[in-house]
Amino acid sequence: MKPAPFEYHAPDTSADAVNLLAELGDGARVLAGGQSLIPMLALRLAVFEHLVDIGRIPELKGIERRDGRLRIGAGTTDAAVEASADVTSTVPLLTRATPFIGHFQIRSRGTLGGSIAHADPAGEYPAVALTLDASMEVVSPRGRRTIAARDFFDGLWSTSMGPDELLVGVWFPIWSGRRGFAIEEFARRHGDFAIAGATVGVELDDDDRIRRCAIGLIGLGSTPERAGAAEVELTGRPITEVEPEDIGRLAVAGLESIPADQHGSAEYRKRVGAAMVARAWYAASAEARHA
Amino acid sequence: MHEISVQLTVNGQAREATVEPRLTLADFLRERCHLTGTHLGCEHGVCGACTVLVDGAAVRSCLMFAVQADGAEVTTIEGIGSPDGDLSTVQAAFRDCHGLQCGFCTPGFVVSVTAFLRDNPNPTDREVREALSGTLCRCTGYQGIFNAVRQAANQAADTGRGGARS
Repeated sequence: MKPAPFEYHAPDTSADAVNLLAELGDGARVLAGGQSLIPMLALRLAVFEHLVDIGRIPELKGIERRDGRLRIGAGTTDAAVEASADVTSTVPLLTRATPFIGHFQIRSRGTLGGSIAHADPAGEYPAVALTLDASMEVVSPRGRRTIAARDFFDGLWSTSMGPDELLVGVWFPIWSGRRGFAIEEFARRHGDFAIAGATVGVELDDDDRIRRCAIGLIGLGSTPERAGAAEVELTGRPITEVEPEDIGRLAVAGLESIPADQHGSAEYRKRVGAAMVARAWYAASAEARHA
Repeated sequence: MHEISVQLTVNGQAREATVEPRLTLADFLRERCHLTGTHLGCEHGVCGACTVLVDGAAVRSCLMFAVQADGAEVTTIEGIGSPDGDLSTVQAAFRDCHGLQCGFCTPGFVVSVTAFLRDNPNPTDREVREALSGTLCRCTGYQGIFNAVRQAANQAADTGRGGARS
Protein backbone atom coordinates (compact mmCIF):
# COMPACT_ATOMS: atom_id res chain seq x y z
CA MET A 1 0.00 0.00 0.00
CA LYS A 2 1.55 3.23 -1.06
CA PRO A 3 -1.03 5.98 -0.50
CA ALA A 4 -1.37 7.50 2.97
CA PRO A 5 -4.44 6.36 4.91
CA PHE A 6 -7.77 8.05 4.22
CA GLU A 7 -11.43 7.65 5.08
CA TYR A 8 -13.56 6.44 2.19
CA HIS A 9 -17.06 7.67 1.41
CA ALA A 10 -19.24 6.37 -1.40
CA PRO A 11 -22.46 8.41 -1.61
CA ASP A 12 -25.08 7.34 -4.13
CA THR A 13 -26.50 10.77 -5.01
CA SER A 14 -24.91 14.09 -5.99
CA ALA A 15 -26.78 15.77 -3.13
CA ASP A 16 -25.19 13.42 -0.58
CA ALA A 17 -21.79 13.93 -2.20
CA VAL A 18 -21.86 17.73 -1.91
CA ASN A 19 -23.21 17.58 1.64
CA LEU A 20 -20.24 15.37 2.51
CA LEU A 21 -17.83 17.78 0.79
CA ALA A 22 -19.32 20.70 2.74
CA GLU A 23 -19.12 18.79 6.02
CA LEU A 24 -15.60 17.41 5.55
CA GLY A 25 -14.04 20.66 4.29
CA ASP A 26 -10.50 21.04 3.01
CA GLY A 27 -9.33 17.55 3.90
CA ALA A 28 -11.69 15.96 1.39
CA ARG A 29 -11.20 15.30 -2.29
CA VAL A 30 -13.55 13.93 -4.94
CA LEU A 31 -12.48 10.59 -6.42
CA ALA A 32 -13.87 10.16 -9.93
CA GLY A 33 -12.08 7.66 -12.21
CA GLY A 34 -8.90 8.10 -10.20
CA GLN A 35 -6.53 7.89 -13.16
CA SER A 36 -4.79 11.16 -12.20
CA LEU A 37 -5.60 11.29 -8.49
CA ILE A 38 -4.51 7.76 -7.55
CA PRO A 39 -1.00 8.13 -9.07
CA MET A 40 -0.63 11.38 -7.10
CA LEU A 41 -1.73 9.57 -3.94
CA ALA A 42 0.59 6.63 -4.67
CA LEU A 43 3.55 8.98 -5.08
CA ARG A 44 2.33 10.97 -2.06
CA LEU A 45 2.32 14.14 -4.09
CA ALA A 46 -1.14 14.56 -2.61
CA VAL A 47 -2.55 13.44 0.74
CA PHE A 48 -6.21 13.73 1.73
CA GLU A 49 -7.98 12.70 4.91
CA HIS A 50 -11.17 11.84 3.04
CA LEU A 51 -11.95 10.63 -0.45
CA VAL A 52 -15.52 11.01 -1.68
CA ASP A 53 -15.96 8.40 -4.42
CA ILE A 54 -18.55 9.59 -6.96
CA GLY A 55 -18.27 6.39 -9.02
CA ARG A 56 -21.43 4.93 -7.50
CA ILE A 57 -23.72 7.83 -8.39
CA PRO A 58 -25.87 6.65 -11.33
CA GLU A 59 -27.16 10.18 -12.17
CA LEU A 60 -23.62 11.27 -13.08
CA LYS A 61 -23.41 8.87 -16.02
CA GLY A 62 -24.91 9.28 -19.45
CA ILE A 63 -24.88 11.13 -22.75
CA GLU A 64 -27.95 12.94 -24.07
CA ARG A 65 -29.02 15.63 -26.54
CA ARG A 66 -31.04 18.28 -24.77
CA ASP A 67 -32.02 21.84 -25.73
CA GLY A 68 -29.88 21.75 -28.87
CA ARG A 69 -26.75 20.81 -26.94
CA LEU A 70 -24.99 17.62 -25.92
CA ARG A 71 -24.91 16.96 -22.19
CA ILE A 72 -22.40 14.47 -20.88
CA GLY A 73 -22.67 13.38 -17.26
CA ALA A 74 -19.44 14.10 -15.41
CA GLY A 75 -19.00 10.46 -14.41
CA THR A 76 -19.19 9.15 -17.98
CA THR A 77 -16.02 7.24 -18.81
CA ASP A 78 -13.66 8.25 -21.60
CA ALA A 79 -14.34 4.82 -23.14
CA ALA A 80 -18.09 5.53 -23.23
CA VAL A 81 -17.47 8.93 -24.86
CA GLU A 82 -15.16 7.30 -27.41
CA ALA A 83 -17.73 4.65 -28.33
CA SER A 84 -20.79 6.92 -28.49
CA ALA A 85 -22.34 7.45 -31.93
CA ASP A 86 -24.26 10.45 -30.50
CA VAL A 87 -21.00 12.14 -29.57
CA THR A 88 -19.50 11.48 -33.01
CA SER A 89 -22.49 12.94 -34.84
CA THR A 90 -22.89 16.03 -32.62
CA VAL A 91 -19.48 16.90 -31.13
CA PRO A 92 -16.94 15.04 -33.29
CA LEU A 93 -14.01 16.90 -31.73
CA LEU A 94 -14.63 14.95 -28.51
CA THR A 95 -14.53 11.64 -30.36
CA ARG A 96 -11.27 12.61 -32.05
CA ALA A 97 -9.66 13.91 -28.86
CA THR A 98 -10.43 10.87 -26.71
CA PRO A 99 -7.89 8.40 -28.20
CA PHE A 100 -5.12 10.83 -27.18
CA ILE A 101 -5.98 10.31 -23.50
CA GLY A 102 -3.51 7.86 -21.97
CA HIS A 103 -4.14 4.30 -23.13
CA PHE A 104 -7.32 2.27 -23.49
CA GLN A 105 -6.82 0.76 -20.04
CA ILE A 106 -6.82 4.31 -18.60
CA ARG A 107 -9.88 5.32 -20.64
CA SER A 108 -11.83 2.39 -19.12
CA ARG A 109 -11.78 4.21 -15.78
CA GLY A 110 -11.04 7.85 -16.53
CA THR A 111 -14.04 10.16 -16.75
CA LEU A 112 -14.86 13.29 -18.73
CA GLY A 113 -15.78 15.25 -15.62
CA GLY A 114 -12.74 14.02 -13.72
CA SER A 115 -10.43 15.24 -16.47
CA ILE A 116 -12.13 18.64 -16.67
CA ALA A 117 -12.23 19.13 -12.89
CA HIS A 118 -8.57 18.09 -12.66
CA ALA A 119 -7.91 20.93 -15.13
CA ASP A 120 -4.53 19.82 -16.42
CA PRO A 121 -3.40 22.33 -19.06
CA ALA A 122 -2.09 19.41 -21.13
CA GLY A 123 -5.35 17.45 -20.81
CA GLU A 124 -7.51 16.85 -23.86
CA TYR A 125 -11.00 17.33 -22.40
CA PRO A 126 -10.24 20.69 -20.74
CA ALA A 127 -8.93 21.97 -24.10
CA VAL A 128 -11.96 20.66 -26.00
CA ALA A 129 -14.35 22.18 -23.43
CA LEU A 130 -12.62 25.56 -23.74
CA THR A 131 -12.43 25.41 -27.54
CA LEU A 132 -16.12 24.65 -27.92
CA ASP A 133 -17.29 27.09 -25.18
CA ALA A 134 -18.79 24.27 -23.14
CA SER A 135 -20.68 25.01 -19.91
CA MET A 136 -19.99 23.25 -16.64
CA GLU A 137 -23.00 22.32 -14.54
CA VAL A 138 -21.99 22.27 -10.87
CA VAL A 139 -23.92 21.43 -7.73
CA SER A 140 -23.36 22.42 -4.11
CA PRO A 141 -25.54 22.34 -0.99
CA ARG A 142 -26.62 25.87 -2.02
CA GLY A 143 -27.98 24.72 -5.37
CA ARG A 144 -26.98 24.40 -8.99
CA ARG A 145 -25.11 26.82 -11.23
CA THR A 146 -23.43 26.91 -14.61
CA ILE A 147 -19.88 28.09 -15.24
CA ALA A 148 -18.68 28.98 -18.75
CA ALA A 149 -15.47 27.21 -19.75
CA ARG A 150 -13.62 30.55 -20.10
CA ASP A 151 -14.38 31.27 -16.42
CA PHE A 152 -13.79 27.71 -15.24
CA PHE A 153 -10.05 27.11 -15.67
CA ASP A 154 -8.34 29.65 -13.42
CA GLY A 155 -4.86 28.23 -12.89
CA LEU A 156 -2.66 25.15 -12.95
CA TRP A 157 -4.87 22.21 -11.85
CA SER A 158 -7.28 24.80 -10.51
CA THR A 159 -10.88 25.71 -11.29
CA SER A 160 -13.36 28.32 -10.12
CA MET A 161 -15.45 25.66 -8.38
CA GLY A 162 -15.75 26.02 -4.62
CA PRO A 163 -14.56 23.25 -2.27
CA ASP A 164 -18.14 22.03 -1.74
CA GLU A 165 -19.05 22.13 -5.42
CA LEU A 166 -19.23 19.06 -7.64
CA LEU A 167 -19.07 19.04 -11.43
CA VAL A 168 -22.11 16.97 -12.46
CA GLY A 169 -22.37 17.53 -16.20
CA VAL A 170 -20.77 19.28 -19.17
CA TRP A 171 -22.85 20.91 -21.91
CA PHE A 172 -21.31 21.08 -25.37
CA PRO A 173 -22.76 23.35 -28.08
CA ILE A 174 -23.54 21.50 -31.31
CA TRP A 175 -22.12 23.24 -34.37
CA SER A 176 -24.17 22.89 -37.51
CA GLY A 177 -23.64 23.69 -41.18
CA ARG A 178 -20.32 23.36 -42.97
CA ARG A 179 -18.05 22.66 -40.05
CA GLY A 180 -14.79 20.86 -39.50
CA PHE A 181 -12.84 19.86 -36.40
CA ALA A 182 -9.37 18.56 -35.68
CA ILE A 183 -6.97 17.87 -32.85
CA GLU A 184 -3.21 17.50 -33.29
CA GLU A 185 -0.66 16.65 -30.64
CA PHE A 186 3.04 15.98 -30.54
CA ALA A 187 4.25 13.55 -27.88
CA ARG A 188 7.37 11.41 -27.78
CA ARG A 189 5.28 8.32 -27.13
CA HIS A 190 1.61 7.69 -27.82
CA GLY A 191 -0.39 8.29 -24.66
CA ASP A 192 2.11 10.62 -23.00
CA PHE A 193 1.09 14.16 -22.20
CA ALA A 194 1.73 16.20 -25.33
CA ILE A 195 4.69 18.54 -25.58
CA ALA A 196 2.16 20.77 -27.33
CA GLY A 197 -1.16 20.32 -29.06
CA ALA A 198 -3.99 22.20 -30.68
CA THR A 199 -7.71 21.87 -31.26
CA VAL A 200 -9.54 23.64 -34.07
CA GLY A 201 -13.18 24.11 -34.99
CA VAL A 202 -14.16 26.04 -38.11
CA GLU A 203 -17.51 26.79 -39.73
CA LEU A 204 -17.86 28.18 -43.27
CA ASP A 205 -20.65 30.00 -45.04
CA ASP A 206 -21.72 29.03 -48.59
CA ASP A 207 -19.07 31.31 -50.09
CA ASP A 208 -16.26 29.57 -48.18
CA ARG A 209 -15.87 32.48 -45.78
CA ILE A 210 -15.08 31.69 -42.16
CA ARG A 211 -18.31 32.23 -40.25
CA ARG A 212 -16.73 31.26 -36.95
CA CYS A 213 -13.66 29.50 -35.71
CA ALA A 214 -12.13 28.38 -32.42
CA ILE A 215 -8.51 27.50 -31.73
CA GLY A 216 -7.49 25.80 -28.50
CA LEU A 217 -3.93 25.27 -27.26
CA ILE A 218 -2.85 22.24 -25.24
CA GLY A 219 0.09 22.28 -22.82
CA LEU A 220 1.13 25.83 -23.63
CA GLY A 221 0.17 27.64 -20.42
CA SER A 222 -0.95 27.10 -16.85
CA THR A 223 -4.44 26.47 -18.20
CA PRO A 224 -5.74 25.39 -21.61
CA GLU A 225 -5.70 28.50 -23.81
CA ARG A 226 -7.70 30.00 -26.67
CA ALA A 227 -5.96 31.83 -29.50
CA GLY A 228 -8.49 34.68 -29.37
CA ALA A 229 -6.52 37.18 -31.47
CA ALA A 230 -6.08 34.65 -34.27
CA GLU A 231 -9.78 33.80 -34.20
CA VAL A 232 -10.76 37.46 -34.56
CA GLU A 233 -8.30 37.90 -37.40
CA LEU A 234 -9.73 34.90 -39.25
CA THR A 235 -13.45 35.43 -38.86
CA GLY A 236 -15.06 36.65 -42.10
CA ARG A 237 -12.06 35.88 -44.29
CA PRO A 238 -12.25 33.51 -47.27
CA ILE A 239 -10.76 30.20 -46.17
CA THR A 240 -8.73 29.90 -49.37
CA GLU A 241 -6.72 33.00 -48.44
CA VAL A 242 -5.63 31.61 -45.09
CA GLU A 243 -2.19 30.03 -44.78
CA PRO A 244 -2.19 27.45 -41.96
CA GLU A 245 1.44 28.28 -41.03
CA ASP A 246 0.53 31.94 -40.57
CA ILE A 247 -2.35 30.95 -38.28
CA GLY A 248 0.02 28.76 -36.28
CA ARG A 249 2.48 31.60 -35.71
CA LEU A 250 -0.29 34.05 -34.84
CA ALA A 251 -1.97 31.60 -32.44
CA VAL A 252 1.12 31.21 -30.23
CA ALA A 253 2.40 34.78 -30.53
CA GLY A 254 0.86 36.14 -27.35
CA LEU A 255 1.58 33.20 -25.03
CA GLU A 256 3.33 34.25 -21.84
CA SER A 257 3.51 31.28 -19.49
CA ILE A 258 4.62 28.36 -21.63
CA PRO A 259 5.97 25.57 -19.42
CA ALA A 260 9.56 24.37 -19.75
CA ASP A 261 10.93 21.06 -18.49
CA GLN A 262 13.19 18.18 -19.52
CA HIS A 263 10.93 17.46 -22.48
CA GLY A 264 11.39 20.87 -24.05
CA SER A 265 12.07 24.56 -23.54
CA ALA A 266 9.32 27.17 -23.75
CA GLU A 267 10.66 28.33 -27.11
CA TYR A 268 10.62 24.77 -28.49
CA ARG A 269 7.10 24.16 -27.23
CA LYS A 270 5.97 27.38 -28.84
CA ARG A 271 7.29 26.22 -32.23
CA VAL A 272 5.71 22.80 -31.82
CA GLY A 273 2.46 24.51 -30.81
CA ALA A 274 2.48 26.65 -33.95
CA ALA A 275 3.00 23.54 -36.08
CA MET A 276 0.16 21.71 -34.30
CA VAL A 277 -2.20 24.66 -34.88
CA ALA A 278 -1.24 24.72 -38.56
CA ARG A 279 -1.88 21.00 -38.97
CA ALA A 280 -5.17 21.11 -37.07
CA TRP A 281 -6.28 24.16 -39.05
CA TYR A 282 -5.42 22.42 -42.30
CA ALA A 283 -7.40 19.29 -41.37
CA ALA A 284 -10.42 21.13 -39.93
CA SER A 285 -10.71 23.55 -42.84
CA ALA A 286 -10.42 20.72 -45.39
CA GLU A 287 -13.26 18.93 -43.62
CA ALA A 288 -15.43 22.06 -43.54
CA ARG A 289 -14.84 22.79 -47.22
CA HIS A 290 -15.98 19.32 -48.21
CA ALA A 291 -18.98 19.34 -45.85
CA MET B 1 -9.07 4.76 9.58
CA HIS B 2 -12.18 2.68 9.17
CA GLU B 3 -11.85 -0.61 7.40
CA ILE B 4 -14.52 -1.45 4.89
CA SER B 5 -16.07 -4.76 3.95
CA VAL B 6 -16.02 -5.66 0.26
CA GLN B 7 -17.53 -8.48 -1.74
CA LEU B 8 -16.44 -9.22 -5.26
CA THR B 9 -16.12 -12.07 -7.68
CA VAL B 10 -12.61 -12.98 -8.78
CA ASN B 11 -12.25 -15.48 -11.62
CA GLY B 12 -15.76 -16.74 -10.91
CA GLN B 13 -15.17 -17.20 -7.19
CA ALA B 14 -16.89 -15.04 -4.55
CA ARG B 15 -14.44 -13.18 -2.29
CA GLU B 16 -15.21 -11.25 0.82
CA ALA B 17 -12.79 -9.25 2.92
CA THR B 18 -12.43 -6.28 5.20
CA VAL B 19 -9.87 -3.86 3.86
CA GLU B 20 -8.29 -0.50 4.46
CA PRO B 21 -9.61 1.96 1.86
CA ARG B 22 -6.08 2.63 0.62
CA LEU B 23 -5.54 -1.02 -0.37
CA THR B 24 -5.29 -1.11 -4.15
CA LEU B 25 -7.14 -3.76 -6.12
CA ALA B 26 -3.71 -5.05 -7.20
CA ASP B 27 -2.57 -5.58 -3.60
CA PHE B 28 -5.96 -7.09 -2.75
CA LEU B 29 -5.59 -9.66 -5.54
CA ARG B 30 -1.99 -10.51 -4.68
CA GLU B 31 -2.07 -10.45 -0.88
CA ARG B 32 -5.65 -11.33 0.04
CA CYS B 33 -6.55 -13.64 -2.84
CA HIS B 34 -2.97 -14.94 -3.29
CA LEU B 35 -3.33 -14.47 -7.04
CA THR B 36 0.24 -13.38 -7.69
CA GLY B 37 -0.03 -13.54 -11.47
CA THR B 38 -1.05 -9.88 -11.40
CA HIS B 39 2.33 -8.16 -11.35
CA LEU B 40 3.17 -4.78 -9.89
CA GLY B 41 5.81 -2.79 -11.71
CA CYS B 42 5.49 0.95 -11.33
CA GLU B 43 2.42 1.15 -9.06
CA HIS B 44 1.35 4.44 -10.57
CA GLY B 45 -0.33 3.50 -13.81
CA VAL B 46 2.49 3.64 -16.34
CA CYS B 47 3.76 0.10 -16.92
CA GLY B 48 0.53 -1.86 -17.35
CA ALA B 49 1.82 -5.07 -15.74
CA CYS B 50 -1.09 -5.08 -13.24
CA THR B 51 -3.86 -4.94 -15.85
CA VAL B 52 -6.95 -7.00 -14.99
CA LEU B 53 -10.53 -7.08 -16.26
CA VAL B 54 -13.13 -5.35 -14.07
CA ASP B 55 -16.64 -6.05 -15.32
CA GLY B 56 -15.00 -6.91 -18.63
CA ALA B 57 -13.00 -3.70 -19.05
CA ALA B 58 -9.19 -3.77 -18.99
CA VAL B 59 -8.03 -1.54 -16.13
CA ARG B 60 -4.86 -0.86 -14.16
CA SER B 61 -5.43 -2.61 -10.84
CA CYS B 62 -2.89 -0.28 -9.20
CA LEU B 63 -5.07 2.72 -10.12
CA MET B 64 -8.15 1.39 -8.37
CA PHE B 65 -8.84 0.74 -4.73
CA ALA B 66 -10.31 -2.60 -3.69
CA VAL B 67 -13.25 -0.71 -2.14
CA GLN B 68 -14.07 0.67 -5.60
CA ALA B 69 -14.35 -2.90 -6.89
CA ASP B 70 -17.02 -3.82 -4.33
CA GLY B 71 -19.68 -5.75 -6.25
CA ALA B 72 -17.55 -6.08 -9.37
CA GLU B 73 -16.50 -9.11 -11.36
CA VAL B 74 -12.73 -9.30 -11.74
CA THR B 75 -10.75 -11.53 -14.08
CA THR B 76 -7.00 -11.88 -13.54
CA ILE B 77 -4.42 -13.70 -15.64
CA GLU B 78 -5.21 -16.83 -13.60
CA GLY B 79 -8.76 -16.70 -15.03
CA ILE B 80 -7.77 -16.22 -18.67
CA GLY B 81 -6.81 -19.81 -19.53
CA SER B 82 -9.08 -22.77 -18.91
CA PRO B 83 -9.14 -24.35 -15.42
CA ASP B 84 -7.52 -27.56 -16.69
CA GLY B 85 -4.44 -25.62 -17.78
CA ASP B 86 -5.07 -25.18 -21.49
CA LEU B 87 -3.83 -21.84 -22.74
CA SER B 88 -6.20 -19.30 -24.23
CA THR B 89 -5.76 -18.33 -27.90
CA VAL B 90 -3.89 -15.21 -26.84
CA GLN B 91 -1.64 -17.05 -24.40
CA ALA B 92 -0.82 -19.74 -26.99
CA ALA B 93 0.01 -17.05 -29.55
CA PHE B 94 2.42 -15.36 -27.10
CA ARG B 95 4.16 -18.72 -26.58
CA ASP B 96 4.30 -19.48 -30.32
CA CYS B 97 5.61 -16.06 -31.32
CA HIS B 98 8.15 -15.60 -28.50
CA GLY B 99 6.04 -12.76 -27.17
CA LEU B 100 7.76 -13.04 -23.79
CA GLN B 101 11.18 -13.48 -22.31
CA CYS B 102 11.34 -12.80 -18.57
CA GLY B 103 7.56 -12.85 -18.34
CA PHE B 104 7.14 -10.01 -15.88
CA CYS B 105 4.98 -7.86 -18.15
CA THR B 106 3.22 -10.83 -19.78
CA PRO B 107 0.10 -10.99 -17.56
CA GLY B 108 -0.62 -7.33 -18.33
CA PHE B 109 -0.14 -7.88 -22.04
CA VAL B 110 -2.26 -11.03 -22.17
CA VAL B 111 -5.14 -9.49 -20.22
CA SER B 112 -5.01 -6.26 -22.26
CA VAL B 113 -4.83 -8.09 -25.60
CA THR B 114 -7.69 -10.39 -24.57
CA ALA B 115 -9.95 -7.36 -23.99
CA PHE B 116 -8.65 -5.56 -27.08
CA LEU B 117 -9.34 -8.44 -29.47
CA ARG B 118 -12.75 -9.07 -27.93
CA ASP B 119 -13.72 -5.45 -28.71
CA ASN B 120 -11.80 -5.19 -31.99
CA PRO B 121 -11.44 -8.68 -33.46
CA ASN B 122 -10.05 -7.51 -36.78
CA PRO B 123 -7.59 -4.71 -35.96
CA THR B 124 -5.23 -2.91 -38.30
CA ASP B 125 -1.49 -3.05 -37.56
CA ARG B 126 -1.64 0.52 -36.33
CA GLU B 127 -4.49 -0.31 -33.95
CA VAL B 128 -2.52 -3.26 -32.60
CA ARG B 129 0.54 -1.06 -31.96
CA GLU B 130 -1.61 1.55 -30.23
CA ALA B 131 -3.26 -1.10 -28.08
CA LEU B 132 0.16 -2.42 -27.05
CA SER B 133 1.46 1.06 -26.22
CA GLY B 134 -0.15 0.98 -22.77
CA THR B 135 2.07 -1.84 -21.51
CA LEU B 136 5.84 -1.77 -21.15
CA CYS B 137 8.17 -4.67 -21.98
CA ARG B 138 11.92 -4.37 -21.42
CA CYS B 139 12.97 -7.68 -23.05
CA THR B 140 11.30 -8.47 -26.32
CA GLY B 141 11.48 -5.29 -28.34
CA TYR B 142 7.73 -5.80 -28.87
CA GLN B 143 8.02 -7.50 -32.28
CA GLY B 144 7.20 -10.93 -30.87
CA ILE B 145 4.30 -9.44 -28.95
CA PHE B 146 3.00 -7.71 -32.05
CA ASN B 147 3.25 -10.97 -34.00
CA ALA B 148 1.40 -12.78 -31.22
CA VAL B 149 -1.52 -10.35 -31.42
CA ARG B 150 -1.65 -10.77 -35.21
CA GLN B 151 -1.63 -14.57 -34.86
CA ALA B 152 -4.35 -14.51 -32.19
CA ALA B 153 -6.51 -12.21 -34.30
CA ASN B 154 -6.04 -14.37 -37.41
CA GLN B 155 -6.80 -17.57 -35.49
CA ALA B 156 -9.95 -16.10 -34.02
CA ALA B 157 -11.02 -15.00 -37.51
CA ASP B 158 -10.32 -18.49 -38.94
CA THR B 159 -12.26 -20.12 -36.12
CA GLY B 160 -15.13 -17.71 -36.73
CA ARG B 161 -15.21 -18.51 -40.45
CA GLY B 162 -14.93 -22.23 -39.77
CA GLY B 163 -17.83 -22.00 -37.38
CA ALA B 164 -19.91 -20.19 -39.95
CA ARG B 165 -19.27 -22.89 -42.57
CA SER B 166 -20.16 -25.88 -40.41
